[in-house]
Amino acid sequence: MRINPRFINRLMEIALNTQAFFTVGILVVIVAIILIKGIGNINLEFIFSFPEDMGRHGGIYPTIIGTVMLAILSIIFATPLGVGTAIFLTEYTKESMLTKIIRFGVESLAGIPSILYGLFGFIFFVIKLKMGWSILSGVLTITIMILPTIIRTSEEAIKAVPKNVRIVSFSLGATKWETVTKVVLPSAAPGILTGIMLSIGRVVGETAAVIFTMGSSLRLPTSIMDSGRTMAVHFYILAREGISMEKAYATALILVLSILLINIVAYYIMNRVISRYS
Amino acid sequence: MNEKASLKERVVKTVLTIFALSSLLFLFLIFIFILIEGSPLFLKVGLKNIIFGFKWAPTKGSFGIFPMIISSFLVTFGALIIGAPLGLSCAIYLSEYSGKRLKMILKPALELLAGIPSVVYGFLGVIYIVPLVRNYLGGSGFSLISTSIILGIMILPTIISISFDSIMSVPKTYREGSYAMGATKWQTIYKIVVPSARSGILASFILGMGRAIGETMAVIMIAGNALKIPMSLTDPLRTLTGNIALELAYATGDHRLGLFSTGIVLLVIIMALNYIANFGIKRRSQ
Repeated sequence: MRINPRFINRLMEIALNTQAFFTVGILVVIVAIILIKGIGNINLEFIFSFPEDMGRHGGIYPTIIGTVMLAILSIIFATPLGVGTAIFLTEYTKESMLTKIIRFGVESLAGIPSILYGLFGFIFFVIKLKMGWSILSGVLTITIMILPTIIRTSEEAIKAVPKNVRIVSFSLGATKWETVTKVVLPSAAPGILTGIMLSIGRVVGETAAVIFTMGSSLRLPTSIMDSGRTMAVHFYILAREGISMEKAYATALILVLSILLINIVAYYIMNRVISRYS
Repeated sequence: MNEKASLKERVVKTVLTIFALSSLLFLFLIFIFILIEGSPLFLKVGLKNIIFGFKWAPTKGSFGIFPMIISSFLVTFGALIIGAPLGLSCAIYLSEYSGKRLKMILKPALELLAGIPSVVYGFLGVIYIVPLVRNYLGGSGFSLISTSIILGIMILPTIISISFDSIMSVPKTYREGSYAMGATKWQTIYKIVVPSARSGILASFILGMGRAIGETMAVIMIAGNALKIPMSLTDPLRTLTGNIALELAYATGDHRLGLFSTGIVLLVIIMALNYIANFGIKRRSQ
């Protein structure tokens, strides 16, 4: 018996539509749950006060400071390294064995799961270099973790700058470095910024690589040698040890909202760039 | 060009070369330090007794991680069984059926959701999936099936995004040719579009597997972390990543070395998966 292909066509269209909306639905529901359960427990006091009794009461102020310190310092380290690598790969060499090996290294770093970064940061920075559980150990580990993202996005952004602008710059007598800093980088800046924003989003949500390098002290960090706790780690501890459901949902909401906001800004910048070049 | 300028150019180039080589240095350091810490135990206890050993009692000299290797693969395949069909359907829908407007909203929305931290997925799994499994399928709820469901959802954005890109890169003329022959839309998708995008779709599955096998925090929250090979969907299990994360904070001596051995095995599996996935993506782009 032969089934009418038009019938199968219709059937599959319905099946695909249902599955697609189911998939999107799951993801929408996840955000909705966090929003609904968390919104009632959030106020300014929660954001700006210190936790009491392991986080059962009070706010999450030190974890916000911990997260901001980790994110900003990692970006400060990773951006010059990453953008420098991208400039080297695009402007200063031709495709060769060396660039192939460097690209392989970057791709491999991108594929390593965060727990292995945690394991490495723990043995290398915390133990061998005797930095202890500190913001510095966390920052150095996270810098390596986000480096591939920054390199890749910067490379794409630099490649998207039209060749002509470089030729014009050279013809005016500019050196290579002058061309890169005064012509190429300003044009590529929004794309590079997108990569930085996406990296910040990843740092804010990271747990496994942070908890074994930065520790989980709830005190307000005063130097980079202090241990500290990020929002994600705090949320993990609240949820896993069943300390307080209300506080866990509230922390999750602030965590998810800040990541979504950071990513939305990143995509906004990226779209502006795409529309400029196409 | 004057003398000073050319000197400056040389300095810049040297510095940039050093920056570019730093990624290789970091990769090297990660490998070396995990290897240095983990390999002595392979020599002392024996590779076979670690990889194929059933008993993990690190304070008593048993370092068998075979059940964890099996568990890691089980949850990864479980995640793929759930995530691959949903993700691929979603990618096909986005590229072949949805209007331009909807595409413009859905694609970035799905990518934004990739940013939701894994601890949040784990937490929601504990609150919603675990009780569901406990009530309807039995057991404690902390199980292979719960973990697979959560990981399946977590890898959706990866699968959708990469499959979508590779389906979109199938030339429009292929589709038109198929329609001209009188094929229906589904026949075109099934016989022309998906086979043409095959290597990219496979790469998306493999990258999804890489994400699932490396996932840690969500897994330790919902897997139950028992030290046995799960015999049914409702049995608890412990993955390689979970083993490291659960014990690293307090492990000392040989126990800590055992966790680094676990790390070596994980690193080897991940590198193999990434290599296969990159191979697939490169073939597509050629």
